[in-house]
Amino acid sequence: MNRLIKLISIMAFLLCPNVSFADSIKLAVTTSFNNSGLSDVLLPKIKSDIGLNIKLLVVGTGQAMRLGAAGDVDAILVHSKRAEQKFIAEGYGSHRREIMYNDFVILGPRFDPANIKHAESVEEALSFINNASAPFISRGDDSGTHKMEVKLWDLSNFNPEVFGDWYKSVGAGMGASLNISSSLGAYTLSDRASWLNFKNKSELEILFADDKLLFNQYSFIPINPARHKHVEYKKAEELENWLTSDTAKSLINGYEIDGQSLFKFNAKQK
Amino acid sequence: MFPLITENLVVKFEGKHILGPIDLKIDKGDIAVLLGPNGSGKTSLLKALHGILKPKEGTIRWSCLKTESIRKQMFVFQTPIMLRRSVFENLTYPLLLRKISKEQVNYRAARWLDRIDLRMSMQVPATRLSGGEKQKLALARALITEPEMLFLDEPCASLDGKTTYEIESLLQSCVANGTTIMMSTHDIGQAKRLAKNIYFLNKGILESIQPAKTFFIKPLSRNASKFIAGDIVE
Amino acid sequence: MSDIWDGIVQAFTLIYTFDSDLIEISLRSLQVTLSALAISCMIALPLAAVLTIRRFKFRRFVIALLNALMGLPPVVVGLLVYIVLSRSGPFGVLDLLYTTTAMIIAQTIIITPLITSIAHQSLRELWSEYHDLLISMNTSHKQRVKTLLWDARRALLTASLAGFGRAIGEVGAIMIVGGNIDNATRVLTTAIALETSKGDFALALALGFVLILITIALNIGTHWLSKTESEGRW
Repeated sequence: MNRLIKLISIMAFLLCPNVSFADSIKLAVTTSFNNSGLSDVLLPKIKSDIGLNIKLLVVGTGQAMRLGAAGDVDAILVHSKRAEQKFIAEGYGSHRREIMYNDFVILGPRFDPANIKHAESVEEALSFINNASAPFISRGDDSGTHKMEVKLWDLSNFNPEVFGDWYKSVGAGMGASLNISSSLGAYTLSDRASWLNFKNKSELEILFADDKLLFNQYSFIPINPARHKHVEYKKAEELENWLTSDTAKSLINGYEIDGQSLFKFNAKQK
Repeated sequence: MFPLITENLVVKFEGKHILGPIDLKIDKGDIAVLLGPNGSGKTSLLKALHGILKPKEGTIRWSCLKTESIRKQMFVFQTPIMLRRSVFENLTYPLLLRKISKEQVNYRAARWLDRIDLRMSMQVPATRLSGGEKQKLALARALITEPEMLFLDEPCASLDGKTTYEIESLLQSCVANGTTIMMSTHDIGQAKRLAKNIYFLNKGILESIQPAKTFFIKPLSRNASKFIAGDIVE
Repeated sequence: MSDIWDGIVQAFTLIYTFDSDLIEISLRSLQVTLSALAISCMIALPLAAVLTIRRFKFRRFVIALLNALMGLPPVVVGLLVYIVLSRSGPFGVLDLLYTTTAMIIAQTIIITPLITSIAHQSLRELWSEYHDLLISMNTSHKQRVKTLLWDARRALLTASLAGFGRAIGEVGAIMIVGGNIDNATRVLTTAIALETSKGDFALALALGFVLILITIALNIGTHWLSKTESEGRW
């Protein structure tokens, strides 16, 4: 009996795919990047073009930076400029390379109790929500989206810390937050791509968009090899080159859901 | 291995004085029957002599190395303890512990299964046997290792006449083969049938040690007389 | 409600068409869980046996601790394992993070206390039955452990199945240490979490039903193989 158990566990370990594919790289990306579905398009092409297998970790921007700082990933793709600059200043990232952008939108229940459809600016939309004490879901997870949301409240002269119960900080990824907003019929901030690809839209729809403040830039940051000797810096470089190539440009610009383009490539090509 | 000698043996349990002080000597070939009313300490004495109950004071000495004496004794409990295995596996368990060869195991098992008439039930789970069958199996299991000393604690306490007879026959034949026996009983008839020496125990004190013949004619202890007469001994 | 029906239909479609993604993550779920189970049992069962038969100073404390550890939140275990295996942590050089090995480690830590506790309970009962007999037969500790483990094997199987159930449905810890990486560390539970977060409830439920089916199949298969319910066996 004992021997049988030993045999099974040995086999288990052998079969255990601790197989590192010959060329692989660990990339931490934001939930909003993954939930848009773009990664499903890009990754196979990257594999076939440059033979690089990307191990994608889908976490919030905050966690992505934490993993990068710890050296547990080789590069990150996030969307929060100020946090990114701090990351690089602290020596964790070697540099940042802008890849593409999309925009944020404010979602809400179809019947729009706070009437933000008629707001003329994002600050106005937010103040309508505040005045109406309409339920609002905040990511609350230190992600790029969350940081944007906080910045917007700040620009509108509001302090989320003193909001009443209508403001709910859920501490979750984009998808989970959308689920909650959808079930509660609440307002929330989301990136357009995640929303378009979301399959549980229910009563929610885009009620406010197209303010230039809602601009959402995604950047690629390799982890600094001087800080963590073991990171795959060369491979990160290859990946960066691919992400800023014409192939990437056409794939990214061409990615659509329901006829809507989700991202716009804006990398400065060398 | 023999004689087995105890000096000032005292057994306590949870602070209460159960046995002793007891001095006794068991010689090879003895059939020592421990007689006495319930609660007199017979079970405790047997367990202490066998070594599964630690005495509070006193000594128990075999005339050989401890490792040798441990290997050559066996104990049969009042309620037979069966492993949750088949009759065959129970019977051969002590041989398994001693790493006896497979041929020997099968040979001895076959012999004993016939002697206790359980060959047909060889593969039956032992827990499903009747009380009498279990006790016979327990006895066979004890004897299959050919021990030099056998302790039995009221082996026939809840058995019918037929089974009691079978067990007593087995005991007598193993004595004939050189095994020394010490057993407790409160069946006076059984004591008369089997014993060479009677050890009368009452309230933890060994009140008398006499050859069986003389014990039943002229018991040395008054309580023993009352016991033989069938009176309640307090 | 339509989600549930859609989920059931999708589940059968995925299974019927041998969907390759489904097969991949299902096999990986089984691989991780069964490996963790094997390792856990190798630790838990002998540990439970030793706790049963040996008396040592901190025994009660260890048993109480094990019972308490059963309630350890899996996600906390995941976090601790992550910190230890992180590149910035003590075992970072092993490069185990985001591999199935890390997931196996986390799950082993989670289910070992559970299996140990349940096994210990059954072994304790059996030990109290066998105690006098095994001591009388002068068994070594190793022999006692072997006897107990073998005779209690059905109860130990139940303990293992409990461990299996806990592990196969676990998601928090393996999400943290495995990263839910597509084609590398994604398993059924983490895939369910992902599809849920994408709002695709039907697919999430479908995967959930597959998970349930696998668990049921394994349980039935195990019981059938060990003939637990066959006539006459206890």
